[in-house]
Amino acid sequence: MAGLHKSEVANPVLNWIDTRLPVITMIQKEYGVFPTPKNFNYFWNFGALAMVNLAIMIATGVFLAMNYTAHTTMAFDSVERIMRDVNYGWLIRYVHANGATMFFVVVYIHIFRGMYYGSYKKPRELLWMIGVVILLLMMATAFMGYVLPWGQMSYWGATVITNLFSAIPVVGESVVQWLWGGFSVDNPTLNRFFSLHYLLPFVLTGVIFLHVAALHVTGSNNPLGIEVKGPQDTLPFHPYYTMKDSVGICVYLLVFAALVFFAPNFFIAPDNYIPANPLSTPAEIVPEWYFLPFYAILRSVPNKLGGVCMMFGAIAVLFILPWLDTSPVRSCKFRPIYRILMGVLVVSLVVLGMVGAHRPEGIWVALGRLCTAYYFLHFLVLLPILGKLEKPLPLPESISRAVLSVGGGPLPRGAAAKPMEKI
Amino acid sequence: MADTMATATHTHPAGGDVTKRDLLKLVTAATAAIGVGSLAWPLIDSMNPAKDVLALSSTEVELAPIAVGQGITVVWRGKPMFVRHRTPEEIKAAQDVKLSELIDPASDASRVKAGHEQWLVVIGICTHLGCIPLGNKPTDPRGEWGGWFCPCHGSQYDTSGRVRHGPAPLNLALAPYEFENDTKVKIG
Repeated sequence: MAGLHKSEVANPVLNWIDTRLPVITMIQKEYGVFPTPKNFNYFWNFGALAMVNLAIMIATGVFLAMNYTAHTTMAFDSVERIMRDVNYGWLIRYVHANGATMFFVVVYIHIFRGMYYGSYKKPRELLWMIGVVILLLMMATAFMGYVLPWGQMSYWGATVITNLFSAIPVVGESVVQWLWGGFSVDNPTLNRFFSLHYLLPFVLTGVIFLHVAALHVTGSNNPLGIEVKGPQDTLPFHPYYTMKDSVGICVYLLVFAALVFFAPNFFIAPDNYIPANPLSTPAEIVPEWYFLPFYAILRSVPNKLGGVCMMFGAIAVLFILPWLDTSPVRSCKFRPIYRILMGVLVVSLVVLGMVGAHRPEGIWVALGRLCTAYYFLHFLVLLPILGKLEKPLPLPESISRAVLSVGGGPLPRGAAAKPMEKI
Repeated sequence: MADTMATATHTHPAGGDVTKRDLLKLVTAATAAIGVGSLAWPLIDSMNPAKDVLALSSTEVELAPIAVGQGITVVWRGKPMFVRHRTPEEIKAAQDVKLSELIDPASDASRVKAGHEQWLVVIGICTHLGCIPLGNKPTDPRGEWGGWFCPCHGSQYDTSGRVRHGPAPLNLALAPYEFENDTKVKIG
């Protein structure tokens, strides 16, 4: 019996299982007593929210797929049938469609959190890079899902996005035909998009598992951006952060429900309720809101290949962010200049989003170029230089000191300290 | 499992407020369970027949072309329906059987509409394991009782669609139908 795990679970049946497959011990270690910095703010809810959101998307998506037909002549009607005839089909589709919006809201805030508090810095560089992979997978999944209803926006969105690859010199045309499986976006394209749209969320689940596994090696960052020094700086994940996450999930579900029940079509372009017509492009063609800043970057460059490169570059730059930021201090709380620059970055992304939603004429062109320039300037020039020039504010000695000094008061003994003694 | 975990971590307060804490846990868990359940129900219900499926649930049959002694098969809700124009002898045979001789006793009158005794409308699915019995085509075997014969396991039905020889346990099932006029019947 040497190889068996010594389980501490009291219940004999669970103990029997845990001895042979220590899942309960693992959950206990990673989500029960897992030492978590005691100073999290609500920004630290968004990872859990993203997980909940993914689960909702997979659950609703599986049931939508039972009623969806991936064929150009039937896709649009099958979605309308879901809306009109399938029991609760309207609810399931609206939850899934608005779930994409919620997912990006949650993930963008999660990314902002990581940037503002320097969560990407050593030793969490790989954790951050896996996160960027998750973002890319999400974008691909969302894009392909948007094509499935086969409305006008679906069709022309697919046409425009796949045509981005035609900007690749020499092989561009062949790549695009390969993506389409033909000479235009057509039935083969729709079929493969459906297949991949069903596959990618499970790939996403796998990559998220790696993301979480990496997180549990390094431990979480925290609003102060200083490392945990000992048990006095942490709380067990359960019940402290399971509870805090539950509060966040309640608020998140309220917002989600408000969107689904009171404004389900707020983010859905009316033109997508017109069946796809390969012979007529809608007058106002814009991508979903979560792609608008990148779309604006694409349009800001008056050169086809240049625009495409800048757009993909906007994501690629995030991969090397851990090495672009040369400052040893993580949290913006102690970086007065970087904090301002982060604000400017957020504003320029919001402006880029607005630029993306408007026709490229007049002031919007200039604004788009200005904000695109700042985006790259921020990452490629300001961040590397700032690390050398900026004088950070003094860092607190420890998380515990900082928490107590702002009047949090000591936590009741036995609740927090005891479980930590094991570690 | 929450309890095991709490015990293992020693976070369960030992003393007076165990009851209060336990109540809070139960209320929280119950609320979450109700929430998840009410989220799950729309997903489960979406697998039930949709409204367009239900809307296709009636079939009209023109009776005029069916000659005496002939039977036809029509489709209702994806299932075969036998519509048989019985001969006077067949009707008499069906009416004269003693109920005590039947495996699943039912009078012929309970299986047809009064005034339309010549028309028998039954679901054409053998009550044994779901095969379609033979007997509608003139060339089909109709079994010893002149109704239907199931090729799968040899069940036999009489001219009222009642099972006369096993292994089928029940008579051919009836479906709701009504006569719109003397030559038209609406099933469903």
